[in-house]
Amino acid sequence: MTENKGKVVSVNGNLVSVRFDGNVSMNEICYVNVDNKKLKSEVIRIRGDIAQIQVYEMTNGIRCGDDVEFTGDMLSAQLGPGLLGQVYDGLQNPLPVLAEQAGWFLERGIYADGLNAEKKWEFTPTAKVGDVLRAGEYIGTVPEGPFTHKIFVPFYLLGNYTLKSIAGKGEYTVSETVAVLADERGREFPISMSFKWPVKRAVKCYTERLAPVETMETKVRLIDSFFPVAKGGTYCTPGPFGAGKTVLQHTTSKYADVDIVIIAACGERAGEVVETLTEFPELTDPKTGRSLMERTIIICNTSSMPVASREASVYTSVTLAEYYRQMGLNVLLLADSTSRWAQALREMSGRLEEIPGEEAFPAYLESYISAFYERAGCVLLPDGSKGSVTIGGTVSPAGGNFEEPVTQATLKVVGAFHGLSRERSDARKYPAIDPLISWSKYKTVTDSAKSAFCKNILLHGDEIGSMMKVVGEEGTSLEDYTVYLKSEMLDAVYLQQNSFDLIDANCTRERQRYVTDKLIYVLGSEYALDSKDDARSFFNRMRQKFIDWNYTEFESDAFARAEAEIDALYTDGQGKTSREAELLLKDGE
Amino acid sequence: MNKVFNRIESITGNVITVKAEGVQYNELAQINTRFGKSLAQVNKIDGDIVSLQVFAGGQGVSTGDEVRFLGHEMRVSFSEDLLGRIFNGSGEPRDRGPALTDNMKAIGGPSVNPTKRILANRMMRTNIPMIDMFNTLVVSQKLPIFSISGEPYNQLLARIALQAEADVIVLGGMGLKYDDFLYFKEELSNGGALSKTVMFIHTASDPTVECMMIPDMALAVAEQFALQNKDVLVLLTDMTNFADAMKEIAITQEQVPSNRGYPGDLYSQLASRYEKAVDFADSGSVTVLAVTTMPGDDVTHPVPDNTGYITEGQYYLKGGRIEPFGSLSRLKQNVNGKTRKDHRALMDAMIRMYSSYKETLEKKNMGFAMSRWDDKLLKYGQLFENRLMDLSVNLSLEEALDLGWEILAECFEKDETGIKSDLTDEFWPVR
Repeated sequence: MTENKGKVVSVNGNLVSVRFDGNVSMNEICYVNVDNKKLKSEVIRIRGDIAQIQVYEMTNGIRCGDDVEFTGDMLSAQLGPGLLGQVYDGLQNPLPVLAEQAGWFLERGIYADGLNAEKKWEFTPTAKVGDVLRAGEYIGTVPEGPFTHKIFVPFYLLGNYTLKSIAGKGEYTVSETVAVLADERGREFPISMSFKWPVKRAVKCYTERLAPVETMETKVRLIDSFFPVAKGGTYCTPGPFGAGKTVLQHTTSKYADVDIVIIAACGERAGEVVETLTEFPELTDPKTGRSLMERTIIICNTSSMPVASREASVYTSVTLAEYYRQMGLNVLLLADSTSRWAQALREMSGRLEEIPGEEAFPAYLESYISAFYERAGCVLLPDGSKGSVTIGGTVSPAGGNFEEPVTQATLKVVGAFHGLSRERSDARKYPAIDPLISWSKYKTVTDSAKSAFCKNILLHGDEIGSMMKVVGEEGTSLEDYTVYLKSEMLDAVYLQQNSFDLIDANCTRERQRYVTDKLIYVLGSEYALDSKDDARSFFNRMRQKFIDWNYTEFESDAFARAEAEIDALYTDGQGKTSREAELLLKDGE
Repeated sequence: MNKVFNRIESITGNVITVKAEGVQYNELAQINTRFGKSLAQVNKIDGDIVSLQVFAGGQGVSTGDEVRFLGHEMRVSFSEDLLGRIFNGSGEPRDRGPALTDNMKAIGGPSVNPTKRILANRMMRTNIPMIDMFNTLVVSQKLPIFSISGEPYNQLLARIALQAEADVIVLGGMGLKYDDFLYFKEELSNGGALSKTVMFIHTASDPTVECMMIPDMALAVAEQFALQNKDVLVLLTDMTNFADAMKEIAITQEQVPSNRGYPGDLYSQLASRYEKAVDFADSGSVTVLAVTTMPGDDVTHPVPDNTGYITEGQYYLKGGRIEPFGSLSRLKQNVNGKTRKDHRALMDAMIRMYSSYKETLEKKNMGFAMSRWDDKLLKYGQLFENRLMDLSVNLSLEEALDLGWEILAECFEKDETGIKSDLTDEFWPVR
């Protein structure tokens, strides 16, 4: 901590102005002393000898002349073993520890270390004395849950360092010195298993950034087959309230094919965090067979918690994600919701009396949003392994209108867009992602031509559907009506999914490929149908067969039986595969 | 400390500025004007210029009036004596009772640590079938009642206050018409619920700043009761007036408006109130029901829109009934599996049928011929609306479920309902 001090000269909400002497840096952390409590704050503007700071706590009781201490450090996250399974607030205070200290409420001015200082970890050295190392390379490992947690040369060390000494295999706390490094001039730096990193700076200790090519399975058919997300990619889920954004993220956090999931509950309901907290320890991770909580970190800054730390919470969570990526792991960061973060920016901008942009959001909104999403990525690490950070953010547009600034700024930078619609959620269709407006730039788990074939049926069916609203069923030709029924069936059996059913909710890549082929076979065929009633009853039966099929375990006997029933019905309807479908299915083999 | 200052620098609307030193942010002050004393709250400090929002409003405040800083924030007295009493937005009695000054608690306190919350899993019975049966209210839930002006939302709140299974009721009225205030008072005292009720009332003719205090006062009291192991139900009406009061002050202070003139922090402000709804691990709970009138029946208006993102569902009040389609209690599945085994299935079936009835009604209005099935649906829809949806219906959940079976049996055959046969076998009424 520097000796730099200042005095409060004005207070406006959580924006406080401080007159200081000496030097103050932008985004530096300082503490306001009030009622024998120190309130954590961050410098967000400097003008002459006045620094304007945003206070991460309620500002009641602050008066002019109160002391402010500057620390010289930026807002940092503590990185080291013991992050997994934790529940943090936006400033990386573990909430259970705060509850022990303060009881029911989040009293201001109480802070706790992000990592347990007493817990001992089993350290195994991997580097040898004399090795030349750089930031982001590792010197040893500790086991953390199902993972091998690498102990890094701190990311802030610039240049080459020689390992002078390293501790032997044994148990150490996160703050004990485990190695000593010397720089080129011989200055020595003792390092421990943990270090701090400023959250607003991206970690760049990788060799190369790679293009996101591998698809991340979410097990949601609509996403994986039609609007996929790549490991290291970004996507956003905007939707009006009640459209199921949070439910969708919740299922993704359970089933996504990644090593670690970080949930950033940013300005949302506390009840939803409680739900995750109650449910996750009981669930098992299908990959490791251990508790789901062991691969999860929750950063929660719910809507009633101070707004400035809401802004910090998204940065804290992406920093933790980057840290685990450095170990060669695939990390998924789910931010719910980025609109609340943008609103936090808007509130501060208003207090700073900046010239407002659209809907009073600050002019730098877009660059902040892109900088955040750009921290996602698939990277090649110094040891030759690959790691990735995938970011999925929900957006809560005012009035459900996607034209608003946050949605638009987000759409510019993400690789996939899953737009939720009120109509689909009102019709109780889950997931309520609207296939007609959503898009993705990533590779589907099935095949792009097959996925285009299915999307085409949906599009065509929708056109006929809207025409039918005008001319009625009577005015539609049997041919068109059949296409309409096919699109309805595709929607019901493939796009919609039962998130409560363990088998249906967890639809793997192999199964998606298999079912898609079957669907193309069925939907790409002509049937001997005489009337609309005939057609309706045929596709209703077919739909029911497919739905039953969805609930059977993949490649089980029941699965084969259900499939045989579909085939029987197909024969019954005298199905004839079209040329297009035939070609598609042949290509796939 | 109680410093006294005599020089008011500016008066704009309800906000005055004073030259003063050593003043705390959010501190209260008392102003002596020619019309009497009023409280005021510090909402900005810039050097020695202190801005205060005057509870009684800026009218009649003179530049020479005396401003005395009290050295503490807005507080509310908390004890069992509150029960049965009525206060205004400054915490002064509105009834003829004595002022309460014991055990003062700060309002607008910090939020509850999420790890100290428990999952909402207890039903709160209201004996209103459209709530209990179709969109169950859950202890610690926060739900708005979206309504157009003119709907009987205050009548609904009064009924819930009388019938809900809560230990303590806290009623917060904002911008309430005086008649409505009298109505609440009379209903609650006739119904015998006054003795478990605390009221904080701001009527439409009272000063704007007091309106902004009502939710915080009501919720602070509710929180204290909850910590004493009580289940508290907070009823707020009308949150749109609260938001409008915030808008008024924000504009007066020249804040940059964000959407339709509302301040940029509208979401955070509303959320910090609604999030007071809580079920404490090993203690009581706070449940919040808040009326939000939708200007022009527009759910995308900033107030209902932001509210929808905060709350756990909503009740739509339309045409004097709780609309079954737009209404949603997000927490209902936490409880409705444990009530009676036919609850969920019957609920789904009845809503499905009602939705078919609506389609048939549309067809009928367009002049199409009605089939026998359509006639059945029309009969069902009528019965459903009159016997279950009507707001005056007062039935326990079990009675409502039985009635639901009755209605189905009057209109349909067993296998027309789409309900699993083991349930129809058990519950289908024998004639």
